[in-house]
Amino acid sequence: MPEMNTSSLPDLIFTILFFFMMVTTMREVTLKVKFTIPAGTELEKLEKKSVVSFIYVGPPTDNLRAQMGSSTRIQLNDRYAEAREVMDFIAAERQGMTNQAEQVISIKADQQTQMGYITDIKEVLRKSWALRINYSATKRN
Amino acid sequence: MAKTKKKMPGLNTTSTADISFMLLIFFLVTTMGLARRLPKPPEPDQEDATMDIKARNILYVRLNAAGQLWIQDEMNFGYADIRELRPRVKEFIKNEQNLSKLPEKHVKNIDLLGQCFVTDKHVVSVQTDRGTPYNIYFQVQNELVAAYNELRNELAKQKFGREFQYLKDEEKAAVRQYYPQNISEAEPKKYGGDK
Repeated sequence: MPEMNTSSLPDLIFTILFFFMMVTTMREVTLKVKFTIPAGTELEKLEKKSVVSFIYVGPPTDNLRAQMGSSTRIQLNDRYAEAREVMDFIAAERQGMTNQAEQVISIKADQQTQMGYITDIKEVLRKSWALRINYSATKRN
Repeated sequence: MAKTKKKMPGLNTTSTADISFMLLIFFLVTTMGLARRLPKPPEPDQEDATMDIKARNILYVRLNAAGQLWIQDEMNFGYADIRELRPRVKEFIKNEQNLSKLPEKHVKNIDLLGQCFVTDKHVVSVQTDRGTPYNIYFQVQNELVAAYNELRNELAKQKFGREFQYLKDEEKAAVRQYYPQNISEAEPKKYGGDK
């Protein structure tokens, strides 16, 4: 039997690759907090990356600890912020979105974070009508 | 003389496909997480709606600053291990024997399922302290979602012969009506030191 001609397969895959490279928005934030996200079983994938905004919560990274201390911080985009600033952040993130109703906020928070911080963020999210949230986590069995 | 040019052997491109596959997979990596929905912001003139829920319809799940779990309904209350949470929540939502101390059941007409006895007035109330570790809270949320997912899967298998995720959209909607997710999160208590 003659072998199947696979010479065009790389071209096909490359086309798909370029497609995904274009639609994925790369995170260009440098993390200023460090976190270990929790592990869960009932996770869902975040399908549309373009409508997802991230909020990072955790203690400052090791190299920033000397200036910033070690208490929990919230990071929005490239800087530390207070919980109340989340509202402006949400509004700014919404600006470029075509389907604002689908906006998802993904919270990447350290396991040891005290719930007070998370609750404050959630309250502000509620007030800004960003109701679809996602607690970022890794899969466990 | 140029006519007799030697034919160049083609470059072996067998592995190009594999290389590009790897690149593709790299870009396909998705972020995962536990999806939740927050309640709408309160209306300024809204009365406290939690006042008129019957005691039998509420399951309290409380987490203190030390990360200890307290489960309370009309049947039973006390500190519990996180592994006890899922069966307790399932038992509470199902109320199989129609006990008077578990959520009330009433007849509801659901498309595709017909007349059903459902406990759709039940509420799982999660209360946290400002000092509760996030991981504990996350695990509790995970267990609650797991309890609902298991119940929905059981119903889907029983009625449609397939797991919930393989159902058609209208079948999913019917199962969701049978087991609606009513998780309420109260304002956390302010006691227990600074945040």
